[in-house]
Amino acid sequence: MSTITSQNQRRRNRKRGSILKGFDPLLSVAIVGLLVIGTLLVYAATKPWYVSLGLDPEYYLKRHVINIVIGGCLALSATLIDYRLIRAYTPILWGAGVLGLIAVLIPGIGSTVNGARAWISLPGGFQIQPAELVKISIIIGIAVILSEGVHDREEPNNKTVAQALAVAAFPIFLILLQPDMGTVIIISASVLTIVAVSGASSRWVIGLLFVALLGSFTAVKVGVLSDYQVKRLQSFVNPSADPQQSGYQLRQSRITVGSGGLLGKGLFNGPQTNGRFVPEQHTDFIFTVAGEELGFAGSSLILILYLIVLLRGFRIARRSEDLFGRLVCIGVISWFAFQAFENIGMTMGLMPMTGVPLPFVSYGGSSMFANLIGVGLLQNIHARTRG
Amino acid sequence: MNQRSRLSILVTQVLIVSLMIALFGRLFYLQIGAGDKYRDAALSIQSRDIITPAIRGLIVDSSGVPLALNRVGLAVTVDRSIVDRQSDKGELVLRRVARLLGLKYGDVYLYTRLCGELSKKVKAGCWTGTRYQPIPITKDADVNKALQIVERADLFPGISAAPVAVRNYPGNAGVNIAHVLGYVGPLTEEDMTMAVSKDYRRSESIGKAGLEYQYDAYLRGKSGVRTVIVDRKESVIDQAQNVKPIPGNHLVTSLDVRLQASAEKALAESIVIARKNGHRGDSGAAVAMDIKTGRILAMASYPTYDPNIWEKGLTAKQATDLFSESNGVPALSRVLQGLFAPASTFKAVSLVAAANAGYNLNASYSCPSSVKVGNIDFQNFESRAQGTITMKHAIAISCDTIWYRIAYDAWLRDGGLSPKAKPNDYFFSAARGFQIEEKTGIDLPAESSGRLPDRKWRKAWFEKNKDYYCNYAKRAPKSQQTEFLLALAKENCVDGGTIRGGDAVNFSIGQGDTVITPLKLLQMYAAIADNGNIRKPIIGKAVVTSSGKVVEKFHSTVLGKLPASIKTLKFLQGALREVVTGGTAAASFAGFPVSISGKTGTAEVFGLNSDGSKKDNTSWFASYGPSEKPRYAVVMMVSQGGFGSSVSAVGVRKIYETLFGVVGNRVDPKKALFPKGPPKTLPRISPTLKVVK
Repeated sequence: MSTITSQNQRRRNRKRGSILKGFDPLLSVAIVGLLVIGTLLVYAATKPWYVSLGLDPEYYLKRHVINIVIGGCLALSATLIDYRLIRAYTPILWGAGVLGLIAVLIPGIGSTVNGARAWISLPGGFQIQPAELVKISIIIGIAVILSEGVHDREEPNNKTVAQALAVAAFPIFLILLQPDMGTVIIISASVLTIVAVSGASSRWVIGLLFVALLGSFTAVKVGVLSDYQVKRLQSFVNPSADPQQSGYQLRQSRITVGSGGLLGKGLFNGPQTNGRFVPEQHTDFIFTVAGEELGFAGSSLILILYLIVLLRGFRIARRSEDLFGRLVCIGVISWFAFQAFENIGMTMGLMPMTGVPLPFVSYGGSSMFANLIGVGLLQNIHARTRG
Repeated sequence: MNQRSRLSILVTQVLIVSLMIALFGRLFYLQIGAGDKYRDAALSIQSRDIITPAIRGLIVDSSGVPLALNRVGLAVTVDRSIVDRQSDKGELVLRRVARLLGLKYGDVYLYTRLCGELSKKVKAGCWTGTRYQPIPITKDADVNKALQIVERADLFPGISAAPVAVRNYPGNAGVNIAHVLGYVGPLTEEDMTMAVSKDYRRSESIGKAGLEYQYDAYLRGKSGVRTVIVDRKESVIDQAQNVKPIPGNHLVTSLDVRLQASAEKALAESIVIARKNGHRGDSGAAVAMDIKTGRILAMASYPTYDPNIWEKGLTAKQATDLFSESNGVPALSRVLQGLFAPASTFKAVSLVAAANAGYNLNASYSCPSSVKVGNIDFQNFESRAQGTITMKHAIAISCDTIWYRIAYDAWLRDGGLSPKAKPNDYFFSAARGFQIEEKTGIDLPAESSGRLPDRKWRKAWFEKNKDYYCNYAKRAPKSQQTEFLLALAKENCVDGGTIRGGDAVNFSIGQGDTVITPLKLLQMYAAIADNGNIRKPIIGKAVVTSSGKVVEKFHSTVLGKLPASIKTLKFLQGALREVVTGGTAAASFAGFPVSISGKTGTAEVFGLNSDGSKKDNTSWFASYGPSEKPRYAVVMMVSQGGFGSSVSAVGVRKIYETLFGVVGNRVDPKKALFPKGPPKTLPRISPTLKVVK
């Protein structure tokens, strides 16, 4: 370990600068941009509400900022250790994640929010959502297995792919038990992307796609999906079927985004937001606040920032010297991309309703920590790539 | 990195970038493409309009006596959105409220249903408004009962009681005047969709018929609107606008309650006379007008109904009764919707036609008991021969046969059954000049236009009925296959499309297919009296604000001139005077101190009543007076009333008595309604004003 550290040290010395200097500046700027916008939106989404309740209007703002600070620290620590070193901790990371997922299923430890048993209550009113952090465990886990012993010109054999999938499948199964379909879909999509990029036989990719389709079909038919999930899906197909519940939410959210127009109603001035017509508007439906108050101009800016994050991520992946780093990059990017697409798509009626937060923007500690750790990994890989 | 891996990354990148582009596209569609639609949708979600209805303006007579005003009533209303959500759909609560108010549950149930909700056929007794406004069960609840509802809200969920403005027709001087005033009612979905230009507000009451409908835009005022921004829980978080209601303006009419009361009474009495004489007397009309201004002074229709039943809440039975044949369709205004053959009153038109055709009005003509037209004998009235008489006298005693000859002669000269290319048609063109096929243009809705059965009409009628008459034996029910009707059908099949001699003869005495409304006849006789000026009758005089400022004044217009020379009109006026002095109306006006001119009419009606009896004659009297300086025209019609002279002329005399202040055989100037003519100035308006005795 000390040898690796000293190698690391040497590389850093060669670059004549701190690790921060090895960061991709555009990526950093885009992430900071998203965090700033997210902070404003969380504040706009909660201030009028808390004022009307007679509570501290900055309550959510303060907590959001604390989350960002903690997340930032976690991200920095994720850049400190050479990413190749993280491989050694993979079993611990994976095991801790699985333990967390089991813990939420135990009554008395896990608590239920919006129909999903996804949270562990901590003292002091804090809650943690293991599934968010498990995303990282899974990405690293399968990236390790798929890259293990594989040199650049070789491809993972079937056995390796099967192993990797098994490592991903167990935690995904546990998340399915909560049930948190959104997270399951996003992790599965990321896993599929990693497998595809690993160079595994295309039969695997096609086979996995087929399994995913079959799985979602039987899930609806057999009733693995709980009532509320089926309702959400139905309301996506026909939003007016259940106007007061899921369909209501989708309709309201679409109207709220649409009513923003080109320039929006101005921050803190959205009547839909201030009237709280869209539920969960500081978490899963935060994009409606952007839509209404910042309009097309502000919402596009969010999309552009995501695009920058993703394109820089791809650049890092392409330039990465080893398969492990590349797969981690691809895993993190596809996770961000699919989660942002699912969340914004749901807000605008393109995707069915699933409770996933908008990366870097939504209020929520676990998600914020996981996202920032993900960015830390990207910067880590970037910083340790030559040239 | 191998080639496949590189390719996979590229594919993934393309896929993910296209996902982002999809989001861009959708965002653009929602906010820019369909932005307006969503902005409106958001507005309707966030904002609530609270409507304060404006106070409706009064309708007053020419001296300011209210005909329609507002009164405060206690409304008990049902909120369907609450009641429907109860486990029994509100039955228990509605039964409870019905018991409390002493109403039938079935009625209350129906009241609270939207029309068309239960069955398309149910159109009355149901709620014509929308689901989103509180539906009133009654607007006249007892204070103590209303208090019970308010105090025991737990027993009456979804029911509330609140004071509301109720439209009220006070019936000052005992007037009914239902057909003229009309009524108000809740705004329907249909009204909403039709009224693009009218700024209707939901939960408003609007005029539905009569003057209430015609002058609704003036009377209704403007509802106040307070728009508030609400949150998801419907609590108000902001106020967007607050517009105070603007009360409606008052409508001053030319009607006079005293004359109106008199006309209604005279009409009712004439119907009593008709019935005493053994006639059916099923309906009637009486109407009086100021000849110089075209202003209507009184307008009565029989049978009638209580104009306040609409606001009291019409039960299904009351609604059916309004339109039922067995009750004589009280909802129908006989004055402007009743179409009847004018009979001898039409001879004024024939006289003009004869003069225009070149007949010497000052010559004498024979008035035999019958005239042969073709192979049919057309009888004089009561088949009496009167010898050779002057034209004037012929009008006075209402000789028919003189007209048969003239009309038949004119018809023959036009070519008879094979008419000339350009027939003179003196009779048809005179009738057209009297505008009998046009509406009078009165300021009331739903006026009927008369029928002029000229060559064009006859042809169109034939095209429509040819098939029926030519296959009469097959098509007609057995009961109508009498020898006479079969012969008639055969005749109609052969030459039903041309004017036959009989048609021409019938037309000259206002029989056959000619029908007009009593109001049209009034307009015609007013024109005769006013040397040929055909005026549009008008009821509305002016619209004034609640503070007395005049908004708009309404005047009659001259619609045209009678197709008669002054000489002809003078002759006609003289003849009409002789009707009253020495003709058919002489008995009815014996000893009357004001000179009146007029014409009786007794129209034969073909067809059967619902009980199978033959339809009785229509009794007419059309008149004006004073004869020397005509100022007023009065017409009365009693359907199935018998003779014009003994029924309608008697009624018209009573109306003139009130108008001129006739007591016995003398005029009492103090009792005359308008010693200096009908009021020219606008009155002071007050809801409490009563009739000055």
